[in-house]
Amino acid sequence: MTPTRKRRLITILLVLAGVASAAVVASFALKQNMLYYIHPSEVLAQSLPPERQFRLGGLVVNDSVQRAGDSLAVRFSVTDCSAVIPVSYDGILPDLFREGEAVIAIGSLNADGVFQANEVLAKHDENYMPPEVAETLKTAGPACAESALDR
Amino acid sequence: MTAELGQIALILALIFALVQAFVPLWGAWRGQENMMAIARPAAFGQFCFVAFAFALLTSAFVNQDFSVEYVARNSNSLLPLVYRISAVWGAHEGSLLLWALILSGWTLAVAAGSRHLPQTFAARVLAVMGIISIGFLLFSLLTSNPFSRLLPSPVDGNDLNPLLQDPGLIIHPPMLYMGYVGFSVAFAFSVAALLSGKIDRDWVRWCRPWTHLAWAFLTVGIALGSWWAYYELGWGGWWFWDPVENASFLPWLAGTALIHSQAVTDKRGTFQGWTLLLAICAFSLSLLGTFLVRSGVLTSVHAFASDPTRGLFILAFLGLVTGGALLLYALRAPKTVTGGQFAGWSRETLLLINNLFLTVAAAMVLIGTLYPLLIDALGRGKISVGAPYFGLMFIMLTAPLVLVMPFGPFTRWKQDGLRRVLTRLGLPLLAALSAGGITAIAAPESGLRGIAGVAGGVWLIAGSLVYAFGRIARQRGWQLPRGELAMSLAHIGVGVFVIGVSMTETISTEKHLAMNPGDQADIAGYAFEFRGTEVLRGPNWVADQGHFIVRSGERIVAQLYPQKRHYRAGGDIMTESAIDPGITRDLYISLGEPLDDQGRRWAVRIYHKPFVRWIWLGALLIAFGGLLAATDRRYRRYRRTGAVDAVSDDGTARSLA
Repeated sequence: MTPTRKRRLITILLVLAGVASAAVVASFALKQNMLYYIHPSEVLAQSLPPERQFRLGGLVVNDSVQRAGDSLAVRFSVTDCSAVIPVSYDGILPDLFREGEAVIAIGSLNADGVFQANEVLAKHDENYMPPEVAETLKTAGPACAESALDR
Repeated sequence: MTAELGQIALILALIFALVQAFVPLWGAWRGQENMMAIARPAAFGQFCFVAFAFALLTSAFVNQDFSVEYVARNSNSLLPLVYRISAVWGAHEGSLLLWALILSGWTLAVAAGSRHLPQTFAARVLAVMGIISIGFLLFSLLTSNPFSRLLPSPVDGNDLNPLLQDPGLIIHPPMLYMGYVGFSVAFAFSVAALLSGKIDRDWVRWCRPWTHLAWAFLTVGIALGSWWAYYELGWGGWWFWDPVENASFLPWLAGTALIHSQAVTDKRGTFQGWTLLLAICAFSLSLLGTFLVRSGVLTSVHAFASDPTRGLFILAFLGLVTGGALLLYALRAPKTVTGGQFAGWSRETLLLINNLFLTVAAAMVLIGTLYPLLIDALGRGKISVGAPYFGLMFIMLTAPLVLVMPFGPFTRWKQDGLRRVLTRLGLPLLAALSAGGITAIAAPESGLRGIAGVAGGVWLIAGSLVYAFGRIARQRGWQLPRGELAMSLAHIGVGVFVIGVSMTETISTEKHLAMNPGDQADIAGYAFEFRGTEVLRGPNWVADQGHFIVRSGERIVAQLYPQKRHYRAGGDIMTESAIDPGITRDLYISLGEPLDDQGRRWAVRIYHKPFVRWIWLGALLIAFGGLLAATDRRYRRYRRTGAVDAVSDDGTARSLA
C-alpha cells in the first residue's frame, strides 16, 4: 500500500468509527428522551408502569380546577370524552390554560393513578390547538366537547 | 381595488420570473447574448411588481381594509400603526409575500453586483433564482393568496396575535428570511457552476460575500428570535429546541460549515465537491424549515398554518429543487471536481474537522426534529423528543470544535507542525486555565459544565485576540485585513456565547412563588418585595401591573413592573415580563395568575440569570464578523489567473481564512 492510500484508509476508518459511535450515542439519547403522547382512555387501557414519563393530552374538565390555599399546587382533570385522569401540578399554569380547553401535561402516573405533571402546556392563541389533541377529539366525535366536559 | 391590483401585480411578477428563469437559461445553453441579457431587466421587473404587491398589502393594513380576508384576520381597528405594518408578515400569507419580496430583492442585488462576472455564468445564476421565485410566487397565488376578499366585509378585524405585538417581532422575521432566502444565492451559484460544467475556484470566490451576508442575517434573525422568546414568553428560557427553532438552526449549521469550506476551496482549490454540496444543503434546509413551519406537521409555537395542501406544495417544491440540484451534482461533479493535497496537520485538516462536526451536529438536530414525524408516519404512536436529547448531543459535538478552533488561524495551509502552533497558544491556554480556576472558586455550584464552558470560552477569546494582535504587529501600522478581523471577531463572539450559555445554564436561580402584597422573597442575594398590582390601560389592552422593589442589602437595585395583559379584541391573555438587565446578570420577573378572587395574591416567577446577555452579545459579534467579511474588497475582484493569494491594493499579500 502506498503511503497516500494508507493515509486515506486510516482517514476513512476514523470517519466511519466516528459516525458509528455518534449513531450509537444518538439512538441511545433518543430512546432516553422520547416522550409518547397518550390520551386518557389509552392510559386506563394500558397499565403503564409508574414513573414512566409521557405526555397526557385532552380537555380540562369543567369545574375540576382546585387550588391549594397556601402554595402553587393545583389539581385538575383531563378527559378525552371517554375517560378522565386526575392531574396534579405544582407551578404556574400557562396564560391560556382554561377549563374546557385543550391541554398537554408532561409527567408520570403515581401509584394512586394521579398524573404528576412537571410541565403543563396550553394552546398558544385562540385558534391553535395541539395537533395530537385535535385528532383525539376528532375521533371522539363532535358532541364530545359539550357532553363529556361537565362530568 | 387595491386587493385586485395586488393580485394582478403578483401574476405579473410571476410572468417576469418565468422570463427571468427560462430565457437566459436557453440563451446560456445556445450562447445567445441577447437572450442572456434579458435576465437583469426581468429581475428588475419582478422585483418592482412584488414590491408593489407588498406595498398594496401594507396599505390595506394601514388603511384597515377589513374586506381583505388576511387583514380582517390579523388586524383590528385598535391596533397601533407600527403593529399594523408588522402584521403584514404576522401570519402565513403575508410572510410568504415577504419571503417573495426578499427573494426578489436578493435577485436584484445579485443582478446589480454580478456585472464583473462572465455573462453566461451571471445569466445562469439569475435564472436559477428565477426558478426559485416561480415556486414561491406560484405557492402564494395558488394556495395562500393574501389578497382574497371577505364578503360581506366585517366591521372590525380579529386582531394580531398578541405574542407578535412586540418590537422584537417586527424585525425578527425579516432578518430570518434575509438569511434563509440569502442562501438561495449560494445555491444558485453552485447550480450555475454545475451547469457550466467547468467547475473552478472562481465561482466560490464570487459567491463568498453573498454567503457571508446571508449567514450574518440568519445569525441576527436567530438571536432576535431567542431574545424575543426570553422576554416575551415569560418562561425566562432562551432556547427551547422547539422544532421550528431547529428549522432555523439547521441552515445556520450548514451555512457555518459552508463559509469555512468555501474558504478552503477559494484559497486552496480543495473541497470543491463538498462546497457545492453544502451550498445545496444550506438552501434545501431553509426550504425544509419553511415546510416544517408552514405545513403544521409539527407541534410548535410557530405552527400557524395547518393546511395539508400547503405542506404538500412545499414538499413537492423541496423535492424538485433539492432533487434536481443533487441530480445535477451527481451527473456533473465526479467528472469535473478536482482536489489538492494536504498534510495531516494543516489548516485544511482543521477546517475538515470543523465541517465534519458541524454537519454531524446538523444531522443530529435533523434526526431529533424529524424522528417524531417518522414514528407517526409508521403508525407507531405520537412522540416528541425532549430537549435533553439535543442538549446532550450538541454539547458532545461542539466541545471538540471549541477545543480546536483557536488552532485554525495559526496553522498554515497545506502543511504545518503542531509544535510550532502550540508555542503560539501558550498565553490563551494560561488564560483559559486561570478563567476555569476563577470560576471554580467564585461559582463552584456551576459544576464541571460551567467551569469547562468558561475555560473554553476564554480559550476562544484569548486565542483569537492573540492571533489578531500578532497579525497587526507583523503588518506594521494598525491595519488588519478585513477578512482576518472579521474572522477574529466572529470567533471571539463564539467565545462570548459559550461563556454566556455555560453560566446561564448552570447557575441560574428560578423560583415560582405565591406572593401577597408586602411579601418578600430572597433569591441569589437579592430581596424581591411585592408591593401589589394596579390596573393599567394600553391602546388595545388592559393590564394588571405588578410592582416589585429589588434590594441588595439596603440599596434599591431596581423597581420592576411586570404585566398581565388582556387584549380586548381577541380576548387573549399575555405575560409581559419585567427585566433588570445587566452585564453579569438579569433579574427577571413575570406574573403567573391571580390566586384569590380579589386579585391580591399572585403566582410569580422570579429568575436570576447570570451572564444571559452574553448569549446574544456573542451572536451579534458573530453576525458582525459575517457582515465585515462580506465587505472585504478582495472578493470583488475578478481573478483571471490561478494565483493562490491575491495581492491587495496596498501591495501586501493577504491570506484569508
